[in-house]
Amino acid sequence: MSDISIALTGNPNTGKSTIFNQLTGARQKIGNWPGVTVDKKIGYLNYQGRNITVVDLPGTYSVSARSPEEAIVMDFLKNNKMDVVVDVLDSSNLERNLFLTLQLMEEGIPLLIDLNMQDEAKKRGLVVNKEKLSQILGMPVVETVGRRSDGVKTLLSVFTTEVMEKYHPSEMIQSHIENVKSINESGKSAEEIEEAIIDARYALINNIVSEVVTIDKRSVSVSETIDKYLANGILAPFLFLGIMYVVFLITFEWIGQPIADLVDELVAGPITEGATSFLEGVGVSEWLKAMIVDGAIAGVGAVLTFVPLIFILFFCLSFLDGTGYMARVAFVTDPVMRRVGLTGKGIMPMMMSFGCAVPAIMGARALDSEKDRLTAIMVTPFLTCGAKLPIMALFAAMFFPDNAANVVFLMYIIGVVMAIVAAKILGATVLKDEGSTFLLELPPYRIPDIKTVLLETWDKGKGYLIKAGTIIFAASVIVWFLANFNFSGQTEEMSESFLAGLGGIIAPLFYFHGFNTWEAGAAVINGILAKETVVSTMGILYGVAGEIDPDTAAEEAEIFLNSGMGAAFTSLSAFTFMVFSQLYTPCVTALGTIKKEAGGFKWMAFSAVYMFFLAWVVSLLVYQIGRLLGF
Amino acid sequence: MTLREGKVGETFCVEKIEPSPLKSRLMTMGLTKGTKIEVMPSAPFGDPMAIKIRSYKLALRREDAKKVIVQKVG
Repeated sequence: MSDISIALTGNPNTGKSTIFNQLTGARQKIGNWPGVTVDKKIGYLNYQGRNITVVDLPGTYSVSARSPEEAIVMDFLKNNKMDVVVDVLDSSNLERNLFLTLQLMEEGIPLLIDLNMQDEAKKRGLVVNKEKLSQILGMPVVETVGRRSDGVKTLLSVFTTEVMEKYHPSEMIQSHIENVKSINESGKSAEEIEEAIIDARYALINNIVSEVVTIDKRSVSVSETIDKYLANGILAPFLFLGIMYVVFLITFEWIGQPIADLVDELVAGPITEGATSFLEGVGVSEWLKAMIVDGAIAGVGAVLTFVPLIFILFFCLSFLDGTGYMARVAFVTDPVMRRVGLTGKGIMPMMMSFGCAVPAIMGARALDSEKDRLTAIMVTPFLTCGAKLPIMALFAAMFFPDNAANVVFLMYIIGVVMAIVAAKILGATVLKDEGSTFLLELPPYRIPDIKTVLLETWDKGKGYLIKAGTIIFAASVIVWFLANFNFSGQTEEMSESFLAGLGGIIAPLFYFHGFNTWEAGAAVINGILAKETVVSTMGILYGVAGEIDPDTAAEEAEIFLNSGMGAAFTSLSAFTFMVFSQLYTPCVTALGTIKKEAGGFKWMAFSAVYMFFLAWVVSLLVYQIGRLLGF
Repeated sequence: MTLREGKVGETFCVEKIEPSPLKSRLMTMGLTKGTKIEVMPSAPFGDPMAIKIRSYKLALRREDAKKVIVQKVG
């Protein structure tokens, strides 16, 4: 039997992704549609000896080309001859779902209707007469319950081109298509035509639904009860903060951090030792061994420890998204986000950037307008990511031992405030407000499909893993080289290395900031490669690295204080350095992501420069005002 | 009146939508003439508001709801 190509289409929140994941499992490729940042998912499976290719088109409410997603669905279906196009419908919400169906039918695209979420419809007392629907639409109709694979099997068994040929649209549909044609040719304005057609579609839908759907019983939906607390009441914002707090506890304390510590130990211990003895065994030169062990392994290892954190955070957020809660978060936070020049949908990237700016920048895809997306991409890196936290923790413990936690918290606040200010500035200058809108479906609460959550987590997290192996790998080797070589070759004294030289060159930039030492300059440069290296660079340059293995943060701070670092900073210049580190240019991994997501080198360069500049100005003000006030 | 003034529990019928950039999107989401809308509890500080329409729940800002002219039916 021949191979089959299938496209999946449907509204958002219909369980389409779940169907896709159930069909193809992990055998999928995720890429980008050309020229736009919309995920392109293609999956493969084998069913009864036939190779099946499944394209998961973006979920859309219509195909009127009002968004990149809508344009993609239309272009794809018009330009690619698929064997079957499956239209996934939420059975409990046929009225709105059929809109897309009709639009596709008007374009002459043969569909296979998948009545998904049968269980939910039944729970809500809705009975859909599938034979009748099939008869009216003139298309095969299959029932599925996305999370169970039996329905999906039925779907597969109907996937034959022969079956499709047996169906013909009813008179009702044919006259609708005629009607649409005559509206199109009526010579009215494009707007009037569009509105008349929308009205015609819904008029027909009302007829279809009244014939096909019967309401058994009215039931109070559980979602309404949950929403009373999570979306409506005065408690909602606090519950949101509480839920996020738990997510962060899970990520940084309960599950993520212990795994991260394990990775850290594994890299520092067996891997480093293994590599060292292997390299010694093969008899490579001393500098090559140092480059691999102290450069590449140490650098990549530092990033690998963040991988578990990223994956756990992503799992939690994907899970919450799958329950329908994230739509409520957008709903509740919209008034606040609007003040900032974003919409409620921007809250998700903001939350993610407390873990890592990279997934946050990618998460900005969910935003509606180009302006919202760019604003989110440009401001999320100001927030305190997991890699900046060690800088803040160490400096606070060293120079503000009595108020360490408060000072760290203050840095978080400074990051948030700066993100808000930057959004305002950008909105008034480069990213002029085109009047943002907020229109969002609040889907019923659901138990997320774990397979879908896991695949989503993997999909988002794996990019970070790849970057650890490429950008960070290269950057670590470069930093190691810069720190260990100068024009006359390898050097024992880091103060004579290229890195010291570079640090010395940029140090004068911070003359009025109180930290114009080459060590701080070198740390700032390294911080652009990866923020996690700021502390380790300081450690190496002040000669604290190596044998120390402090048990507590206080001990670590004590060791750093007793090195030259204690004398190099005053409390005020240390605070200034913290503020600068909090705000300046994001790391290269984030910059690379900005280039990809914002669509070009221009935005990447802009973000690197404007963040450096704002950080420079703000920290300058902090230092100079601090001095005036006598600190 | 406009949908903006709608109170929780009240039911309305869409009369028309005033010209706005959101008009065709609102219509696509089902707010066509004669469609019944039930006002649902809004976000904590009253905005955005939520409505039940065509058996699903939609959130929109009051500012945008101002463009939706409605008639009270219950």
